[in-house]
Amino acid sequence: MSNEIVTDVVIIGAGPVGLFAVFELGLLDIKCHLIDILDRPGGQCAELYPEKPIYDIPGFPMVTGQGLTDNLMQQIAPFGPEFHFSRMVTKLEKQEDGSFRLETDADEVFRCKVVVIAAGGGSFQPKRPPVDGIEEYENKSVFYAVRKMDDFRDQDVVIVGGGDSALDWTLNLQPIVRSLTLVHRRDAFKAAPASVNKMKELVMEGKINFLLGQIGKLEGKDGQIDHVHISMDSGDTPLPATRLLPFFGLTMKLGPVADWGLELNDNLITVDTEKFESSVPGIFAIGDINHYPGKLKLILSGFHEAALMAQAAKAVVSPGERVVFQYTTSSTKLQKKLGVV
Amino acid sequence: MKILVTDQSGVEHELEGLDGWRTMEVIRDWGLNIKAECGGACSCATCHVYVEDGWFEKLPEPSDDEEDLLYSTLDKKPNSRLSCQILLSEDLDGMRVTLAPSAAKDSEAA
Ligand SMILES: Cc1cc2nc3c(=O)[nH]c(=O)nc-3n(C[C@H](O)[C@H](O)[C@H](O)COP(=O)(O)OP(=O)(O)OC[C@H]3O[C@@H](n4cnc5c(N)ncnc54)[C@H](O)[C@@H]3O)c2cc1C
Ligand code: FES
Repeated sequence: MSNEIVTDVVIIGAGPVGLFAVFELGLLDIKCHLIDILDRPGGQCAELYPEKPIYDIPGFPMVTGQGLTDNLMQQIAPFGPEFHFSRMVTKLEKQEDGSFRLETDADEVFRCKVVVIAAGGGSFQPKRPPVDGIEEYENKSVFYAVRKMDDFRDQDVVIVGGGDSALDWTLNLQPIVRSLTLVHRRDAFKAAPASVNKMKELVMEGKINFLLGQIGKLEGKDGQIDHVHISMDSGDTPLPATRLLPFFGLTMKLGPVADWGLELNDNLITVDTEKFESSVPGIFAIGDINHYPGKLKLILSGFHEAALMAQAAKAVVSPGERVVFQYTTSSTKLQKKLGVV
Repeated sequence: MKILVTDQSGVEHELEGLDGWRTMEVIRDWGLNIKAECGGACSCATCHVYVEDGWFEKLPEPSDDEEDLLYSTLDKKPNSRLSCQILLSEDLDGMRVTLAPSAAKDSEAA
């Protein structure tokens, strides 16, 4: 294992609840690292409904999923949280001295005193396209995300999809590939208009190809593709390809959370309603991932849970230290932490 | 009104349908095995159903977004629809649908 990060608290999940937990912990001088499988903060708000309005956040008659995320990021900025995106927490173990050790699929180890699981509906995972036998090529020549641009250098790349990921990677990879073909079922894209325009310019300049069609069978051997078949109105066309990047959206799976030895209720982590602590002391669970009598899966509820969790986490991080309850409106000490005075 | 829903294990359930509700909401509220992860926002495809012939033709055309999502499921058939996009009305009294395997919750996946 190459990297080891030591900190007070690791928060698993940078959805709205994980983000707000940074604020509540920050007021108590606790520093956080957040880990999320997504490549940006916001969880469900950013991934499933960035443009849709939310009407039940106190003080906001209306705010979009992305708007709420942006505001939370601004609110927690004074506490300097450190984000680790595009990695999944795969292992969580309690050590003999009571601390915790976490591992991610990006070969990192985190050591901390408190773990806050804010994993929401679970980890977002890419949807596999409906293509027979695609598994044998996965992570060898078929990828659902770009981790290392260099894996695509001088390759014949086929990107499938019409959303932001497909368009972003078309634009980012174009300068380094040997050839690039974007394939989408229709001539309308759900991506930022500026990216769509840029992509169309590149097509006009002959720098990339665009095909209107659907991805069919794959040809190749030993995990290495050599042709991707595209079914178009004009028939089936085999396209030479050495890398395939399908962007078919994401789905949520509980994932490794189920293997961490915590007491679960129908795949949700059982907690108490005083501290929002799981069956393992020092591991807290807040937001959509937890269960207790009367639980409502609302952002509002997750925020409340974060506040109570923080008080209990403080006692674990700094045992014996007296915590004085203060309001942000009247406490100069808190205002200094927030950088407003 | 009622709708008839066959679950992933082949058992048919007769459910009380409510005018103006989404088919997905009725199936979910009756406790059948439907994930409906995005709550009806047409962004997850985990409310995928097959609509029986005769009823399928009565439904309004799917939107492009719904088509895109259906295409992303492994078990799409010609009569596939997202049940959150089917608003119930008296016209659909007696509609028969079958839950697709890909609509199952993770914990109860077929
Ligand atoms: C369409 C839609 C509309 C909604 N409208 C409202 C509304 O109007 N009002 C309201 O209050 N709520 C609404 N909700 C619900 C709201 O989005 C959730 O309650 C909220 O997102 C929960 O926040 P969270 O931070 O607990 O989890 P999430 O937002 O699910 O975030 C959890 C994060 O944890 C990450 N993660 C999980 N496991 C791991 C792991 N092992 N390693 C790394 N990362 C991991 C995930 O990738 C994810 O980013 C809506 C939901 C949907 C889908
Ligand atoms: S519930 Fe998500 S698409 Fe229907």
